[in-house]
Order: sequence, then structure tokens, then C-alpha cells
Amino acid sequence: MTRYVARRLLLFVPALWAIATLTFFLMRLAPGGPFNAERDIPPAARAALAQKYGLDRPLAEQYATFLVHAVRLDFGPSYKFPTRSVREIILEGFPVSAELGGWALLVALLAGIPLGVIAAQRQNTASDTAVMAVALAGVSIPGFVLGPLLVLTLSLGLYWLPPALWEGPQSRVLPVLTLSAAYVAYVARLTRAGMLEVLRQDFIRTARAKGLPERVVVLQHALRLGLLPVLSYLGPAAAAIIMGSLVVEQIFAVPGLGRYLVNGAFSRDYTLVMGVVLFYAAFLMALNLLVDLAYAWFDPRVELK
Amino acid sequence: MSAATVSTALAAAGPPRSLWSDARRRLARNRAAVASAWLLALVVLVCFAAPRLPGLADPAAQDLRLGAELPTIAHPLGTDELGRDLLARVLYGGRISLLVGLVGTLVSLLVGVGWGAVAGYAGGKLDELMMRVVDVLYALPNLFLVILLMVFFSRSLLMLFVALGLVQWLTMARIVRGQVLTLKHRTFVEAARALGASDRSIVLRHIVPNTLGPVVVYATLTVPAVILQEAFLSFLGLGVQPPDASWGTLIADGARVMALFPWLVVFPGLALSLTLLAFNFMGDGLRDALDPQDGQQRR
Repeated sequence: MTRYVARRLLLFVPALWAIATLTFFLMRLAPGGPFNAERDIPPAARAALAQKYGLDRPLAEQYATFLVHAVRLDFGPSYKFPTRSVREIILEGFPVSAELGGWALLVALLAGIPLGVIAAQRQNTASDTAVMAVALAGVSIPGFVLGPLLVLTLSLGLYWLPPALWEGPQSRVLPVLTLSAAYVAYVARLTRAGMLEVLRQDFIRTARAKGLPERVVVLQHALRLGLLPVLSYLGPAAAAIIMGSLVVEQIFAVPGLGRYLVNGAFSRDYTLVMGVVLFYAAFLMALNLLVDLAYAWFDPRVELK
Repeated sequence: MSAATVSTALAAAGPPRSLWSDARRRLARNRAAVASAWLLALVVLVCFAAPRLPGLADPAAQDLRLGAELPTIAHPLGTDELGRDLLARVLYGGRISLLVGLVGTLVSLLVGVGWGAVAGYAGGKLDELMMRVVDVLYALPNLFLVILLMVFFSRSLLMLFVALGLVQWLTMARIVRGQVLTLKHRTFVEAARALGASDRSIVLRHIVPNTLGPVVVYATLTVPAVILQEAFLSFLGLGVQPPDASWGTLIADGARVMALFPWLVVFPGLALSLTLLAFNFMGDGLRDALDPQDGQQRR
């Protein structure tokens, strides 16, 4: 177990390094600098800016400095908001995004798992078909369509909920709902497939044969194994929810990291985009490690090597 | 088994059935998948024929006196705030969306099949190295890579094709490599080698065609994924740039004025969602039809 964690952590470093290097050189390869979007700057001012941001140094030195600083999440000042450091922006935006994403994931699990179990128990009945049709629709309606529709109906039509901003519990409802919808559907599909697989197995037949009530068979015997596909989906789900939060934060004006990333991408704020991407990459890799460990703990058949 | 019993067994089984004819029959029985295929054929046809459709308005023709109007007979989906016909804009936008989806899938197909086939067939150190590259890229959420490319390079349609295709090939490469690993020691490959076929022709003529089943299924599911990603990026302003418009940019424009003119977001959203839904149904149907395990269970 310890050896497995150590080995995974050892893989963690080169992967992050590769991503950081890729980002760094992409940025250098890109035509035009971050200051080209502005109106013409006098050459002297341009040189001064280049010196301030270290852009006049040899490439190897810039790369080395970048790597050393990146370890401390220090990506320098944002190009567009020079009074703020990228580190500050990440530390400010991430808690908001994490709250939004955490709720969305929780809703996806709490709604998706029961739906999937019900569908699996009643395979090939009307309720199974209904759940699966709704799930497929949920997967096919993207957040940036669902979000505006929810705002139109629930807040602009019925005045139930605030249409935007991140103030007070009511303002959380629509963003979380929009973000979680597709994953409710996904989790339901995975749970159904996993449960169908398990319910077919011999130990379930044994459990039924010895007269256990169906509820116990399903909830205590089958669910633990049936949920494994959902568990291994948590890593990709987290990645997808982070991506989804980019549009949801944009639609609902949530002051999270995704909004900074999109605005930074739009205005070509190189340091900000790079910092946020690297931060999220590291975050997701750590999360995936945790998921793998949890998987082994849940499924005794898996041996960590 | 004597020759006579073999021939009676063959006669009982009816005419020889290939994987594909079997799959076609199974697919035909899946009504949702068939309906989806027809719907998609219609959508593709209408969108790509849009410039030649009689009676369809010019998507760029403005009528500022008309302004935004609810659906009428002249404008079946209404008009936007500049008086442009929404039906025409949705169809022309669909052309870009579908094109991005198809070209992006094609790029991912070429790169993914090539990468996976070479890695799987070569084996050893090269395989190890090539799959490590895939692992590293996998660790990065793929849209981040697209966003990076769209931030650092010019936001042209060509760049979008390349960027979306380049992040979609990873799973394809893994699928093809897995297939190749199981295929390369099969007797028909040994036979080809014994006959003196070169590695190149073994891979291209004997191995790749046999990986087609899973590749087709995955490609069908890649198209909606790419369309969705394009719409996602365009919604954020990082995808298709004006004057080009896709479903994503139409939805973004509509969302901005939805309090006043809700139909401007509803109709493009509906077009996108229905298309994605149809692709997903068809992909699921194809997977069920082509899955050999499923076939064994039924026999």
C-alpha cells in the first residue's frame, strides 16, 4: 500500500513537469506577446515591461525560473491585472469554485445513485425506460443550454430564485442544479450498469436463496460492488465538473476560478491561464490518486502493486 | 465431424453471416437508433444544403425595422434583434457545428488509429514510450489543452479543428492499441507474415481493418463530444469567431438577450440538444449491435 502510494506520487512529478513544460513552451511559441493587444506602446516602455516580467532573459533562464516558482504556485503578477498576483487570484477564486463543484458532485451522487438502483431493480420495465430516457436527455442537454432555460423559467418567469450572483443560499441553487444535471444522468447510467452486472452474480442468488429480504440484498450486498463504476468515474467527473464550472460561473456571474480562467483566456492573460491550468492539473491528479486508493479499499479483489 | 454433417449444419444456419450483416440486422431492430439515424441524416442534409434551399432567407440579411420578432409564417423560428431570420441562422450555424464535429472526429481518427496501431504492433520500448505520452496528456482535462491552444494561437476555424481533434485521439489510441495487441498474434497475421508481407501492409491491410468495429462505435460517440466541446468554447467566446456562427455562438448571443427574446436561446439550444441526443442514441445502438459478446449471449 505505502509502496503503491509512493510509486504513484513519483509518477505525479514527471507528469506535472511535462504539463508545465508543454504550457511554458506553447506560450513562448505563440505568435505575439501579451502586450500586443494594447494600442502601440513606445519601444522604451515595451522594453521596460519586458524587463519587469523577465521576458528579456535567455529562454533557458526563463524556463528555470518558471519551474522553480511554479512549485510555490508563484506564477508572478497577472498580465492584465498587474497589481494582483496569480497566486492571490487562485487562492481567492478556488474556494468559491470548490464549493460550487462540491455541491454539484454531491447532488449528482445523491440523485443519480438512487435513480440508477431503481432502474436496475426494475430492468426493462416502464420506470427503467423512463429513468434511462431522462438520463440520456440529461447527458445531451449541455449546461449552457440548461442554465439559461432554468433562469428563464425559475427566476425570470416565476421569480423563485435569483438569476445570478453568489450571495446567500438561494443564489446557490440554480448554479448547482445546472452544473449537476448532466452528472446526475451519468451517475444514474453507471449505477444501473454496475448494479445489473452484480445482481446477476452467484453470491446474490445465494443471498436471496437464504431468504434475505430484497432490500438487504440490494442495499447491503449488491450496492457495494455495484457502485464501483461510479467510484472510478469520480476522477473524470471532477475534471468534467471543473470544465462545466467555466460556463456555469459565466452564466451566473459566480466569482470563482473558472470565471477568472475564461476572462484570462479571452484577454490572453498568459500567466493567469497557465497558473490556473497547472493548479487544476495538479489538483485533479491528486484527486485521482485518492479515488484509486478508495477503489482498492472498497473492492477487496483489487491488489495495489 | 463428417463433411455431410458440416454441410447440413451450414444449411441450417442459413446463408453465411458476417459481423457487419449481423450488426445491420440487430441495428435495424433498435427503433430509437434507426429513428436517430434518420433524424441525423435529415439534419445533415438540410444544414449542408442550406445555401441552396428555396425560400430560406439570407442569414446575414438585416431588417432593423422588424427587429426581434416571435415566429411567423415568413420567419418560422422568429428573428433576432437585428431582424435576421433565425431559421436560416440555425441552419447555417449547424453547418459549422457539424463540420467541426466531423472534421475534429476525422483528425482524432487518423491520429488515434495511427498512434495506437503503431504502438501496439511495435510493442516493447516504443509502445511504452508512446503510451506514456498518452497517459500524461490524459492527466490534463482535454479542454484545458484546447483552451491553451486557443489562447496562445490565432482563433481560426482551422485551429479549432486541429485543437479539438488533437485532444480527442487519446481514447481512440488506447482502444486501437488494445485491439492490435490481441490481433497481432492471430494466425491470419502469421500467415500474412509467412507469405512475406511487409510490416506496413500487415498493419494497414490485415490489422487495422479488423479493429473497425470498436473504432466505428467510438467515432460515432466522438462526433457529439466534439460538437459539444465546440459549442462550449464558442459559448465562452473562445471557439468559432464572428462573422462565422455556430450553434454555440447562437446560444451565447441568445443567452445575452434571453430576458427579452427567449426564443433566441431556446431554438438553437433545441437544435444542439436534439442533435447530440440523436448521436448518442445512434452510438449506443451501434455499440449494442457490434458488441460480439452480446451476440454470443444470444446464440
